[in-house]
Amino acid sequence: MAEAAPASLFFPTAYRIRRRRRETADTWTLELEPAAGGEVLRFAPGQFTMVYAFGAGEVPISISGDPERTDRLVHTIRVAGATTRAICSVKRGGVLGIRGPYGTAWPVERAEGGDLVIAAGGIGLAPLRPALYTALERRDAFRRVVLLYGGRSPDQLLYTSEVERWRAAGADVHVTVDRAGDQWRGPVGVVTTLLERADFDPATATALVCGPEVMMRFTAAGLVASGVPPQRVHLSLERNMKCALGQCGRCQFGPVFVCGDGPVFSYEAIEPLLAVPEL
Amino acid sequence: MKLIEQPALDRLLEALVARGYRLVGPTIADGAIVYEEIRSTADLPAGWTDEQEAGTYRLSRRDDDALFGYAVGPQSWKRLLHPPSVTLFRARRNGEAELELVDDTEEPEPMAFIGVRSCDLHAIAKLDRVFLGGRFVNPEYEARRGRVFVVAVNCGVAASTCFCVSMGTGPRASFGYDIALTEVLEDGRRHYLAEAGTERGKELLHGLPGREATVGEVEGGERVVERTAESMGRHLDTEGLPELLAESRDHPRWDEVAERCLTCGNCTMVCPTCFCTTVEDVTDLTGTEAERRQVWDSCFTLDFSYLHGGGVRSSPRGRYRHWLTHKLGTWHDQFGSSGCVGCGRCIAWCPVGIDITEEAAALREEPK
Amino acid sequence: MRIRTIEALLVETRLFSDLAPHHLETIAGCAVTARFDEGEYVFREGGAADTFYVIRSGTVALETHVPGQGATRLMTLHDEDVLGWSWLFSPYRWHLDARALEPVRALAFDGACLREKSVEDHDLGYELMRRFAEVIVSRLQATRLQLLDVYHHDG
Repeated sequence: MAEAAPASLFFPTAYRIRRRRRETADTWTLELEPAAGGEVLRFAPGQFTMVYAFGAGEVPISISGDPERTDRLVHTIRVAGATTRAICSVKRGGVLGIRGPYGTAWPVERAEGGDLVIAAGGIGLAPLRPALYTALERRDAFRRVVLLYGGRSPDQLLYTSEVERWRAAGADVHVTVDRAGDQWRGPVGVVTTLLERADFDPATATALVCGPEVMMRFTAAGLVASGVPPQRVHLSLERNMKCALGQCGRCQFGPVFVCGDGPVFSYEAIEPLLAVPEL
Repeated sequence: MKLIEQPALDRLLEALVARGYRLVGPTIADGAIVYEEIRSTADLPAGWTDEQEAGTYRLSRRDDDALFGYAVGPQSWKRLLHPPSVTLFRARRNGEAELELVDDTEEPEPMAFIGVRSCDLHAIAKLDRVFLGGRFVNPEYEARRGRVFVVAVNCGVAASTCFCVSMGTGPRASFGYDIALTEVLEDGRRHYLAEAGTERGKELLHGLPGREATVGEVEGGERVVERTAESMGRHLDTEGLPELLAESRDHPRWDEVAERCLTCGNCTMVCPTCFCTTVEDVTDLTGTEAERRQVWDSCFTLDFSYLHGGGVRSSPRGRYRHWLTHKLGTWHDQFGSSGCVGCGRCIAWCPVGIDITEEAAALREEPK
Repeated sequence: MRIRTIEALLVETRLFSDLAPHHLETIAGCAVTARFDEGEYVFREGGAADTFYVIRSGTVALETHVPGQGATRLMTLHDEDVLGWSWLFSPYRWHLDARALEPVRALAFDGACLREKSVEDHDLGYELMRRFAEVIVSRLQATRLQLLDVYHHDG
């Protein structure tokens, strides 16, 4: 009957939702803290947790908050199935289970001294936002910090209220949408079109790319075509995961487990694997 | 090395029971030799052997009363170390605001595995690598594995589906056992050569009736194993196999095997090293109690690679290629060895008789 | 004086910066600067496609009129982007509307004139074709990615 402290790797820790904000029609950002008190887990940008909704299931969700912020765990979640629907229907004050953090991190520090290019598509901005926060906190360590963000349409863009703050903190932010009506005053076209327009030095740039896999393939290829070395282009992959421990076998991508060898990979390492259908 | 007779084996089993072990060993059920709870040597398949071929498994009578005169059946020891269904935790809630995790998992009971073949010893070692030797130690597996006593048996018989020699996994048990037995049948007589692999094995052997084996008797035991090694039913050339598989993703053989493969997943169920699982969450009718269970799964199911509305590997070709490439190729990248132990179970239990050794050989051929 | 200024502007464009000087001179001779006010149409679907543009500043939207939906924006073009390739291929008619979303400054090139000059000077024709092929390929890739609608998810 007693509340179990997570002694086993499989046990989630109960986290309470302190704040719940609707980003778009199907996406919410949740701010969480441990229900039993104690410290919020520490994480590196790019890592994820397994989020458990009582009785419904557990899914991997990238952490989307500031790693320096120790009072809250922040997740941005898009409803894509039964489990995410259950997670997003839990109200403020309700409890979710969290296991983690897991996975490899964005190599933000490797960009220091040169340009950092962050290219995000759709919900892909959520796993990249911690890297952006980290870079802006040490803005002087980089030459340019460039954010290229593409979404489906203006109503599906995330974090729009933060864009001006990011610009003020020294980020060169370009936002585009695939389709828009008259009200949108900004660029229309896929995120790869921003590559030509953004000002950065490919030879010394490090690029972090996240979004639907097709978008990442096109964007990474575009970055390399413009002169960024493939070992300095990094992607975050996604696969079916049930354990996040490298032991359920499901997230295999050729020789690597996305949950442990990734989700962040260098394009140089995985480019040949990305090209294989049904790998 | 000690020479003992069948009654001493029963003394061994009794001694293990007295030390609190549940005995699990080969016995006949539903027309196959499976690993179930046994009480004495009377439960062993005395005088039975197995006839195996691609898509075929039959038991038939021997003309002696050998206790271990067969190869391996549809089950492996993974069923006991990595059970088909494990409750990970139970949870309770009062409305949305409270979530209580209930850890009422019991300590697994100690088990003595009787009659473990060398291929299966290697398979257990490979599961150890997956669940104990990676980034995370699996607490469920660790608890079970730490309470196992192993009595291995050196094979006196090779099925036509066996190829442990090709994989370097037998037929002689070389590690991972507390006691290893060799059954010797000569001139109408039957005895057992027993050697200890651990201190506790040595202690148990010491308490059994028997005597030190003579040099000739030891050599007799070695001949048994040699004959088995020479009668392997199949061969698999492992030379450069991981690299070959990595370069063969577009080989036409995958299309060919995909025409035969039913994606039934039998191979993954009988394989002693396949470890993939899924997780099920169930609640009671009132929605206040939930249970999370880990259950066996197979990479041949469509759901296995489900992502954003569909499986990543939706075709049978993609799924078969994944299974074979993992078993013989990428397992090396992940765990430092092959995933296959040459037990031949996948060959016998495939309903259409797909033969892993044949597929591996075909992939070596230049596409026409 | 005016032509040298145009040549200097051409050399600054990504499209023409590495052209041989005599080709640069020829093209400059067929080019003028142009300005469009916010809301002004640069060209309209169905019109004669005898001009192409390189945008120097401002935003141009490529649109088409869809009954029931009005002007539907397909893509926007910005600084350094090439606008218009229908001048290269018969029937030399625009397939889309191009509308300035804000004040636009551009270089405008007499496509009809350049078509004639390319018949005489095949090397010039090749240089133009090669550059425009790259532009078209790049647009096609972008359009394909747009068509995949990668951010759209069911359920």
